[in-house]
Order: sequence, then C-alpha cells, then structure tokens
Amino acid sequence: MFRNQYDTDVTTWSPAGRLFQVEYAMEAVKQGSAAIGLRSKTHVVLGCVNKANSELSSHQKKIFKVDDHIGVAIAGLTADGRVLSRYMRNECINYNFTYESPLPVGRLVVQLADRAQVCTQRSWKRPYGVGLLVAGLDESGAHLYYNCPSGNYFEYQAFAIGSRSQAAKTYLERRFENLADSSRDDLVKDALMAIRETLQGETLKSSICTVAVVGVGEPFHILDQETVQQMINAFEIVGEQEGPAAEPDDASGQEAAAEQGGSTDEGVAPMDI
Amino acid sequence: MFFFSLMQFTASKQPENCLLGPESDSQRTLYPYVTGTSVVALKYKDGILMAADMGGSYGSTLRYKSVERMKPIGKHSLLGASGEISDFQEILKYLDELILYDNMWDDGNSLGPKEVHNYLTRVMYNRRNKFNPLWNSLVLGGVKKGEKYLGTVSMIGVNFEDNHVATGFGNHLARPILRQEWHENLSFEDGVKLLEKCMRVLLYRDRSAINKLQIAKITEEGMTISPPYSLKTYWEFAAFENPTQGAVGSW
Repeated sequence: MFRNQYDTDVTTWSPAGRLFQVEYAMEAVKQGSAAIGLRSKTHVVLGCVNKANSELSSHQKKIFKVDDHIGVAIAGLTADGRVLSRYMRNECINYNFTYESPLPVGRLVVQLADRAQVCTQRSWKRPYGVGLLVAGLDESGAHLYYNCPSGNYFEYQAFAIGSRSQAAKTYLERRFENLADSSRDDLVKDALMAIRETLQGETLKSSICTVAVVGVGEPFHILDQETVQQMINAFEIVGEQEGPAAEPDDASGQEAAAEQGGSTDEGVAPMDI
Repeated sequence: MFFFSLMQFTASKQPENCLLGPESDSQRTLYPYVTGTSVVALKYKDGILMAADMGGSYGSTLRYKSVERMKPIGKHSLLGASGEISDFQEILKYLDELILYDNMWDDGNSLGPKEVHNYLTRVMYNRRNKFNPLWNSLVLGGVKKGEKYLGTVSMIGVNFEDNHVATGFGNHLARPILRQEWHENLSFEDGVKLLEKCMRVLLYRDRSAINKLQIAKITEEGMTISPPYSLKTYWEFAAFENPTQGAVGSW
C-alpha cells in the first residue's frame, strides 16, 4: 500500500471516499496468524495457528472463552483482542446477572461492532487492529460471525482470517455446503484440515494449533493438546514435507511489529469485504 | 460555645430540590395509597392461570372497582400485581420500554418470562436498597418454547418460582388450598375451578377483596383475559345466623 496524503487521520476521507486508517487496520488483521471458524446446525468450531516467537517463549493466546455459550478467536493485534474479549465477557456477565439468561450472540456482535465503529469516527482514537471470529449458540441456533476493525460484521457458515487464510478459505469453500449437517467430530476434522492448509507444507502438530468447540449441550471450551493430537493422528492429517519450511509469519501480530513493511502485497484489495 | 457552633451548622439553607437533608424524604415511598389485594396463580396443563379482583382500595375504602391488575408483557409473559397501583403502572412503563428494545433487535431472540422475572427482581431489589421501594408484590407467569414459568417478586426483592404462587392474603388463605389440591397437568376447567375456590375464600375473608374478578390465561399461543365477573357466594351458613350464640357480649 502506498503512502497516501489522506491517511494521517482516521477522520479524514480520501477523495475516493476511503478511510485509509481503517483499511490499514484491516491490514493488521491480515498480518496476524491464521484463525478459522466453521459451524454446523448445532456446533461451532474455532481453530488457530499458534506460532511462538522463539523456542524459548510461549505462544500468544488467540482463542478466548467469553461465556459458556460464546467464544472468540482473534487475528491481528492480540492486545486489542484481549481488551475486546474483556469487554465481551463483561457484557455477557451483566446480561446474565439481569436476565438469568445467556446473551444472544447476535446482540453481542452488534454491540462489539458499534464499539469498533466509534473508533473510526473519533480523531483521538484509532481503530482496533484485530479481527474477531465470534462463535456462539443462542435461541436461533449456532452462529459464526466475523467482526472487523471497520465496525462491520458478517455471519458466516465458515471463514478464515489472518495470514495465508486464503488457502483455508479455498478448502472451506469446497466443504461448506456439507457443514450444516456435519457431526461434531467431522467439524473438528474440517477445522484441522483448514488449519493445515494455512501451514503450507509444515507438519500439523497439536503444539502449533489450538482448537475450541461450542455446541448444544457442550459449553465453550478449548480442546487440550492430547485430544487434538489424537484427532490429527486419527484423521491422518499430516502435511507432506515440501522442501524448505515456510517462512514463519510475524508472530500473532504484536504491537511493535511496525517492521511489517515489505511483506504486503501491492495488488490486495484494501477493503477485504 | 457548644450551642453556638450547633447554630452554625443548621443555619445553612439548601435548595428545595436537593436530595440531602430532610426535604429528600418527600421523594421516597413511605406508604402506599391506592392498593390492590391478592393475586393468585397456578401452572396448569397448557400454561399459567392467574386470578385477581378488580379492586383498588384507598386505605379502608373500596374506592376503585375496575382496576385491571393483570397485564400481558411481550409475547410470552403475564404480570399480576398487588400493592400500590401507581407503582404497578410505573413498572408497566419500564417493561414496555424493555420489550420495545427487545423487539427492535428483530433477531429471532425474545425475552421470555424467566428473563422478565429476573429483570423485575433486579429492579425491585435495587429500589429497596435505595430505601425507595416500588410497593408491589408481583406475579410473573408465562410459557416459552413449551416451558411453563411462574414466579413472584416482592417489594423487598425476595423472588422465587413455584407451581403456584400468591401475594398478600393469598399466601395465607389460597396457598394452603393449592398445596392440597394442585397437581401436575390440571385441565383448564379444573384450574379455573381451583382458582375460583381460592378467590371465594379470599372474598369471604379479606376485607379489601371485592366481588368482581378476572381470570387470565397464558399459553404458547398467547394471552387471554376473561371479562370481569362475580363469584356466587352463600351467606346462609347456620353458624352465622346467630353469631354471638356461643359468646354472650360479643358482636
């Protein structure tokens, strides 16, 4: 993306009717490591690729439980994601206290989107640099939403965000028509396959990915490493070794990653949506 | 010296609308003025049946005789109230706004009786904590997705659910009858008969009861409320012919 003269402020329009700061925020999402989500009629599965900076460090937490019936996977600036998760947890707990009932996902997503929009219309704020895949259950069934820094939100049958998410999306496009009636285990298998697509040749191991499930009768929880590894083995989802290992992407989008320049594509459409 | 310094403190004048100091008490609820008496409700086969008379008493005067003390809330709930009528109307306004915002989401989700009941509990308890209660005992019943719900909240925020509930005198006169005779899957006719039995006892024994009542029914399909009617009463019991027979000097 070129340096533009209309991109200093989030409250400055470009002559073409674009808000560059918002588009740049969406770039941050694309730089984060991949997160995918898919749903059937009764279950929603979230998965993400966990890359640690070095062998010495632990990896960033990218999947958050928001309530028993809602969870979120993030891509982009994880610090922003953490703060938004805290907001979502707060909203859920307040609603539950007043109504003794779980907050419908759709309503939480709208509240989240409204908060994100505010940051696109205040000169003293900046947009959140994180994309959220919100998975949840409510009265009207299982839902998967994508909230982006622009303040837009969309409902999906399956979606992927973050770096190399296009590979996962291609896989999901082939599979999505059958997802609605998938069993829970098949859904998890599809999630793992989609994650593998983003790894581009690297071996899929439970140490580099995280999977979480929420469903009817199953509160949101992150599957433990053993279970995930067992599933990988059971489905024989192991990538082929293809020459040199793929270049590890820039962690899970840390704040200080201002040195992202150079890895961006010129031809990528600014507003992904 | 001591007396002089006291004078200093009481000399300061505060504006009339200030909530500190003695003038603030005129803003709080101290006692009820126009009150409704018992509400009785029970779960039956298809939903909830609730009965309340149409009286609004002004102290010991049976002043208003067409007060509707049961109202539908949203699609799934029915609210009955005893106690201060103006506070009941205030609650209806709060709930109206709540349901409005719920409907505005237009997203396939809706507040059911359990949610409304809990919301009311929060409101009542909060007001009680501020020493400014809504002087009501509320009964909230409804059906959503086949699940029947019946609960009550008092003016101090005590809330619970049960198969049959009552407020005020109903607790003392109606509940014992219901404990004996209520059972799961009552038919509509049996439910009404049972409620009428309770209301008749209340009519005989509660001085604030009047003989003009309504019975409301709420099921999955919706809510209906009967037109006002009266119960048949019998005053020729032998024991009442000569009430002071066994107690000379009594009246």
